[in-house]
This record gives sequence, C-alpha cells and structure tokens, in this order.
Amino acid sequence: MLRYLLSRVMYSLALLVGVLFIVFILLHLTGDPVSLMVSRQASPDEIESLRQELGFNRPILVQFADFVKGAVQGDFGNSFRYRVPALELVLQRIPATVELATVALLMAILMGVTMGILGGSNPNTIFDSIARGLGLLGQTIPTFWLGLIMILVFALNLGWFPTYGRETFQLFGLHLPDKSIILPAFTLSLFTTGQLTRFTRSAVMEVMNEDYVTTARSKGLHKTRIYLKYILKNAAIPLISIIGVQFSYLLSGSIYVETIFAWPGLGNLLAEAVGTRDFFLVQATAFFTSFVVIGLHLLTDFVYVLVDPRIRYK
Amino acid sequence: MEENTSNERATGLIVDEQADRSIAAKLVYVARLLWRDKAGLIGLVMFLAVVCAAAFSPWITPHDPMQQDIQASKQAPAWAEGGSTEYLLGTDSLGRDVLSRIIYGSRVSITVGFLGVMMAFTLGMMIGLISGYKGGQIDNIIMTMVNMVLSLPYLVFVVFVAAILGNSLLNVILIFGLTDIPIFVRVTRGEVLRLREEGFIEAAQSIGQKTPVIIFKHIMPNLLGPLITLATFEMSAMIFYEAGLGFLGLSVPPSVPSWGNMLAMGRQYLTVYPWMSVYPGLAIVFTGFGMNLFGDWLRDAMDPRMRQKKK
Repeated sequence: MLRYLLSRVMYSLALLVGVLFIVFILLHLTGDPVSLMVSRQASPDEIESLRQELGFNRPILVQFADFVKGAVQGDFGNSFRYRVPALELVLQRIPATVELATVALLMAILMGVTMGILGGSNPNTIFDSIARGLGLLGQTIPTFWLGLIMILVFALNLGWFPTYGRETFQLFGLHLPDKSIILPAFTLSLFTTGQLTRFTRSAVMEVMNEDYVTTARSKGLHKTRIYLKYILKNAAIPLISIIGVQFSYLLSGSIYVETIFAWPGLGNLLAEAVGTRDFFLVQATAFFTSFVVIGLHLLTDFVYVLVDPRIRYK
Repeated sequence: MEENTSNERATGLIVDEQADRSIAAKLVYVARLLWRDKAGLIGLVMFLAVVCAAAFSPWITPHDPMQQDIQASKQAPAWAEGGSTEYLLGTDSLGRDVLSRIIYGSRVSITVGFLGVMMAFTLGMMIGLISGYKGGQIDNIIMTMVNMVLSLPYLVFVVFVAAILGNSLLNVILIFGLTDIPIFVRVTRGEVLRLREEGFIEAAQSIGQKTPVIIFKHIMPNLLGPLITLATFEMSAMIFYEAGLGFLGLSVPPSVPSWGNMLAMGRQYLTVYPWMSVYPGLAIVFTGFGMNLFGDWLRDAMDPRMRQKKK
C-alpha cells in the first residue's frame, strides 16, 4: 500500500513539473511574449528594452531553467498591474475560492446524493424522474447564464440576496461569508449536483441488484440496515473519485461565477489578469489552480485506499 | 498460395456482405428504436432545429443581425411594455434585433462544435488506435500525456490559451479541437484493448490479415458506436465552452453575433434590460438539452446491455 501511495506522490510531482512546462510554453506560443504584454502604441525601443528587462532575449532553454528555478522558490515574477509578486496576489485569493467551492460541493452532495439515492432505489417512480431531470438540468444549464438568472430572480426581483460581492461576519476571529455566498455557491453547484445525481443513481441501482443485497433481504434484515451497511457503503466507493474530480471542476468553474458575482477569488483574478494582459499573473494563477487540483487528486487516491480494501491488497 | 488468396478473397467477401447487410439493417433498427423512445427523438429534433437555424440563417431571420437601429435600441420583447412585433425578442443596446442575432449565433456554435469535434475525433481516434493496438512504450508515453492533460483544470488552460492566441473563429476551433483530443484517445484506446481480445480479431490475425486491414476493417467499424456517442456529448460541451469563452470576451470578435458575445453584452445591462441575456442563454439551454437527450438515448441504444435493461 505504501508503495502505491509513494508512486502516486511521485506521479503528482512529475505532473507539477509538466504543468510548469505547459505554463511556460503557452506564453511563448506566439513566439514573442513581449508583444502580448505591451500596448499597441509602444515604440520598438520600448518593446526592446522591456524584452531585455524581462530576459526574453535569452535562449529559450535558459529562460525555462530560470522560470523553473523561480517557480520552485515561489517567484513567478511581478504582476504588471499591481506591481507586487504574482504569487502574493494568488495566495491572497485562494481562501475565497476554496470557500466558495467547498460550500458549492456541500450543496451538490446534499442535493445530488440524496436525489440519486431516492431515484436509484425507487426506479420508475416520481423520485426517479426528478433525479433524471436534475441530472439533465445540471448538464444543460450553463453556469454563466444561470448566474445571471439567479441575480435577476433572487437578488433583483425578490431581493433576498445581495447581487454581488462577498460580505462577512466575524466568528471566533474568522471572517466567514454571510448569505452573500448562497447565490454564487448554488450557481456553481448545479453542474456538480447533476453529475452526482447521475452517478449516485446508477451506483445505487447497480448495488441494489447485487446478490449480497438479495441475501440480506431474504434474511429479513431491516431496511435501514440494508441501506446503510450494504447499499450505501458500496455505492459510495465510485462516488469518492467522482467527488474529487468534481471539486476540480468547481475550482475552474469558479472563473464564471466569480466574474458574475464579483467574488474575490482565483477565478476572478484570472479573468481580470487575462483582461489586462497581465500574463505573469495568469501563469501564476494557472499553476496554482493546477497545484490545488493535483493535490486534491492525490488526496482522493489516499481516501480511496482507506475506503476500498481491494486496492490495499493489490 | 493460390488457395490462400482465394481463401482470403472469400473471407473478405463474406465480411463485406455482412457489413452491407448489417449497415442497412442497423439503420432501420436504429430508426425503429428512436421512434420507440420519444426522449431521444425529441432530442434529435431539437438538435436538427438548431442545425437548420444555422444553415438557413439568412432566409429565416427577420432582420440583418448587424444592422443598428439606434431609434429602436434597448426595446423590450413584443409582449412586454414598450415592445413591438417588429423586434420579437427586443433589441440590444445598439438597436440590433436579438432574435436575428440568436439565429445567426447558432452558426458560430454549430461550426465550432462540429469542426472542433471532427478534429478531436479524427486525431484522437488515430492516436488511440496506435496506443491501444501497438501497446508497449508508445502506449505508455501517449497515455501518460493524455492522463496529464486530463488532470489539469481544463477551463483555466483554455482561457489562458485563448487569451494568448486572440479572438478569431479559427483559433477557437483549434483550441477546442486540440484540447479535446485526449478524451477521444482514452475512449478509443479502451475500446481497442477490449476488442483486441475478441475472437474475430484473433481469427483475422490467424488467417494472416495485415495490420492495416485488421485496424480499418475489423476494429474501426466497432469503434464508431462509442465514439459517435462521445462526440455528441463533446459537441454539446464544446458549444458550452465556446459560449463561456465568449462570455469572458475571449471567443470570436465582439462584433460577430454569437451566444456568448450576446451574454457578455447582456450582462452589462442585466438590471435594466434583462431580455438581452435571457434569450441567448435559452438558446444555449435548448441546444444542450436536445443534444444531451439524444446523446443519452444513443448511449443506451449502442449498449445492448442497457437495451435489455430498458426492456
């Protein structure tokens, strides 16, 4: 088991190096990164001096080596716009995004898993229809449009929630978001809710047909016991990996939601950095989002081993 | 030697006949299945409606999508206060007809979705075939790269690349066509690995058929089912991603009517002129809904196991 986990850690580290390479090479995709960063009116002299200043006139391999060296030390260059290290800005924004994604994930688990269990264990009933409908809706309503509709209905017409921004209250010295998180988190969660509903429903349906469930039934075990000990426990195994993947969807999907609701997180920072052509900041944001995602996948692998003994003994 | 070639011709003939018969028979069978499952049929009709809107835009739009009628700008839809039947779904801030722009917008969505998926489909299938059939070191390298790309936060990198390359239809198609390859590689490879163990492949190998023949005649036809199903879902996803990029101002140039661009503009006027963002969004939902209904049906229809379950 330890060997398996160790190989996953090594794989994740290799993946991070790969991400560094991609993040570096993308900036050089057009051949000339400087022309991407300066305004159209810049004179050739200005462009040339900026090129020298940023070191883009050196051989590409030297640049890459330098970039990796900087990245390992946490130096992704300075943001053009804010004139501070890009990493600093990114680290400031991470908590808000993680908070939003976590609340969204909890909402999705609450709704998706519940509806999936109800639908999966009562096939061809009204519950099943609702579960299937929810699965379809999650896939067909785009996040960026849902956000606008949510604002229109629940903020502007009904006035239940603020239209944008993150407002907080203090609890034990922590600044926790108040109801202002509900609309963005719900908007972000719908896709995941749909996915979880689909997967839970089919996982439960599959387990329901297993022989051990039939045996448990024929032994006359109580329904609750059958559900908790046999059905849900086994249906949960595929769900864990899906929840891990979904969390990374939530992190990248936050770019729409945070833009719409002006939520001060990573997605918002990325959209802003792209808009102002602040490419060192874009690089840092892309790298750190990947970093969090890869870390999550690793965590999922660990949890998987704990939950599923079959992996442990392989 | 003589016997061998005639033998080969004979087997080839039989295979051909069967293929012909089964394709015609399959089509009839598929049509019958579709007729029986109304959800799949509705999905297909919805999707075809969008394709028709894209194909016949100039003939079915009431106005030129670029024409600005400043006097009639920000006009509400026909049934709302201040609306007129001249502009059924109202006008945008420059006085352009929202309905006409939605109809024209389907062109961008369908073009990006179709060409992007074709590209990813073709390249992904080729790479997946090599990876799955050859195996060994090549397979390892390809799959490591595929898994690596698939484990990245997709949207973040798409936004990054789009920002670097700049707004153009070709760039958007290339971005989606290339970044979507890994998923097709993975599915193709999985199917090839499964098929390679099947009796008919072993039979073809044992009568000495060449690798290209086995790949093109025996493996590829069996790949089409799962890959077409995947393509349906990927096309719908691509249409979403394109609109999302447009929403962030990173897809086709802002002047081009596209659903994402309309949403980006509508968002600025959300509080006062909500129709500018509501209707383009509904067009996306309509398309996605149709394609997913059809895709779900297709997946079940391609999988005999599911077909039996559905009785």
